[in-house]
Amino acid sequence: MKSVVFIEKNPLSNQLRNVSLELTHKAYTLSNPLGGEVVGIFTGDSLPENCDELFQFGMSRLLYFTDERLAHLHSIAYKHILETMINSESPDIVLFGATHTGRDVAPLIASSLKTGMTADCTQLYIDDYKDKGKILYQMRPAFGGNILATIITPDHRPMMATVREGVMLLPDERLNFPVKTEVFPIDFNELWIKSEFLEIVPKVKKVDFNSANIVVSGGAGVGSEENFRLIRELARALGGEVGASRAAVDFGFVEKDHQVGQTGSVVRPKLYIACGISGQIQHRAGMEESQKIIAINKDPDAPIFNIAHMGIVGDLNEIIPVMLRYLKEEG
Amino acid sequence: MKKIVVLAKQVPDTANVTGDAMKADGTVNRAALPAIFNPEDLNALEMALMIKDKIGGEVIVISMGPPKAVEILKHSLYMGADRVMLITDRKFAAADTLATSYVLAEAIKNIGNVDLVLAGRQAIDGDTAQVGPQVADKIGYNQVTYVSKLKEFTDDYLIVERDGEVQTEVIKTAYPVLLTVTAEANTPRYPNCRKMLQYFRVDLKDNFSEDELSVAKENDWIIPTCTIDDLGLEEDRCGLKGSPTKVHKIKSIMLKGGDLKMYGTEATDIRQLVRDIMKDYVEVN
Repeated sequence: MKSVVFIEKNPLSNQLRNVSLELTHKAYTLSNPLGGEVVGIFTGDSLPENCDELFQFGMSRLLYFTDERLAHLHSIAYKHILETMINSESPDIVLFGATHTGRDVAPLIASSLKTGMTADCTQLYIDDYKDKGKILYQMRPAFGGNILATIITPDHRPMMATVREGVMLLPDERLNFPVKTEVFPIDFNELWIKSEFLEIVPKVKKVDFNSANIVVSGGAGVGSEENFRLIRELARALGGEVGASRAAVDFGFVEKDHQVGQTGSVVRPKLYIACGISGQIQHRAGMEESQKIIAINKDPDAPIFNIAHMGIVGDLNEIIPVMLRYLKEEG
Repeated sequence: MKKIVVLAKQVPDTANVTGDAMKADGTVNRAALPAIFNPEDLNALEMALMIKDKIGGEVIVISMGPPKAVEILKHSLYMGADRVMLITDRKFAAADTLATSYVLAEAIKNIGNVDLVLAGRQAIDGDTAQVGPQVADKIGYNQVTYVSKLKEFTDDYLIVERDGEVQTEVIKTAYPVLLTVTAEANTPRYPNCRKMLQYFRVDLKDNFSEDELSVAKENDWIIPTCTIDDLGLEEDRCGLKGSPTKVHKIKSIMLKGGDLKMYGTEATDIRQLVRDIMKDYVEVN
């Protein structure tokens, strides 16, 4: 059960994206028990600076083709290069990060290889299937997160899947595989370059959920942009990040960058405080993996209490100021 | 004059699951969800109409789906599409993205000489974002995904902004090209009253009684449909047969009960909550 993992870097920092490490480890847990190896494939203008780290998570080899013309996402060129690499390895499994790069290129490759691909998987595992032997089971939410579907590709190889960043966890322990990077020869065709990148404007990142241990989120129940100040204050007092439900964003209480849920960010902090959030399925899809959840809501029947560990039924506009006072006193 | 094809899908409104659509066990009754125009496909159609308004062209909206999907095609006409076509066949059922993109790509080839294909980034029922790129691959066009803004366009090229997560990419591309469009790109226009009157009677052929049919034909009220045979498709590449992925199992998501500890609203209760939070989560410097 050999796996190929698409490796990508953050173009602004020249460092590996976390999802590449996460998928390398995931692929290792899928392939290694069945005696298969994990091979990375990369293309771009230059290798990520820290690509040695991949070998601490179970990668056997990293194939790469670099060319300065590939600094940006030239979809057609990426497709031809990566597809050639995949074909040379004949893997059973191919994993891509469900990033804006992965979701651009991977479907082109699946189309070209006439194989199946499952997007945004949240769980992947190997099991027997009828007389087909071992195959990959791919679980993903669908229907706006209302159902969890298990998808299989029983008769085609490779079995392709994408996974969003932050969904698969990294282990604490490191492996000590030798670093093996190999240039993969490609007969580069100038006609593959079809777009011209006129300008790249880095986005100013205002919200950082990845490094936040605590996320304090507000929903429709916050009531106004003015009241949302309390959410920000509580987050600041706890050293956490500010989150929001889609309703809070749609009402204009807070910018879209803060949105947590199916169409926003997936967060997994140690503590998630949901204030005035009813706990609709779309929101839960982005936060229910949090280690501990505190719910503050006026409605005792709000679904959020079904997944919360601690709860207060009451008006957040009265409760949060008291919390802030005690946080100051106790701190 | 550009020939522009917009790919549209009718989807259940998964983003607004209200009480009526919930079953007693906390799962969603999918059949009870209203069917809507996939939101980002409306942004794709708006972009097509903007281009047509300025440099001229023909906007053709196509959808693969059951006869009911004619609703979104009518809506497209009301917004200003020139032509619509429903690609429908019982054998399309249970198509995954590979089979769907095969059918749509063949329909685009059948239309012929298409300069620009526009599609929503993703449909809200599956959220896969795969059909757009897979169509681009099959028709051999360049693609730009996650288009968040149409900046400039002429008869010879388009300049768009692409949402590249950490960066915004300003990209120039020649025709032919396929773009997938996000909700940020524009605000779709409302249906136009004059167009609604003009297209008031349009429908699928099967929805007219025999008496009405000759009048309907005369007045051009019939929305054309295409089947596997009409497009000369390979049946093995359509629907369930043409889909490498299979749904093995579906589980409705139910709320899981947690071990919930409730606090009162008295000051002493809230102080206890704050202490519990501080004990476990706040690092004391």
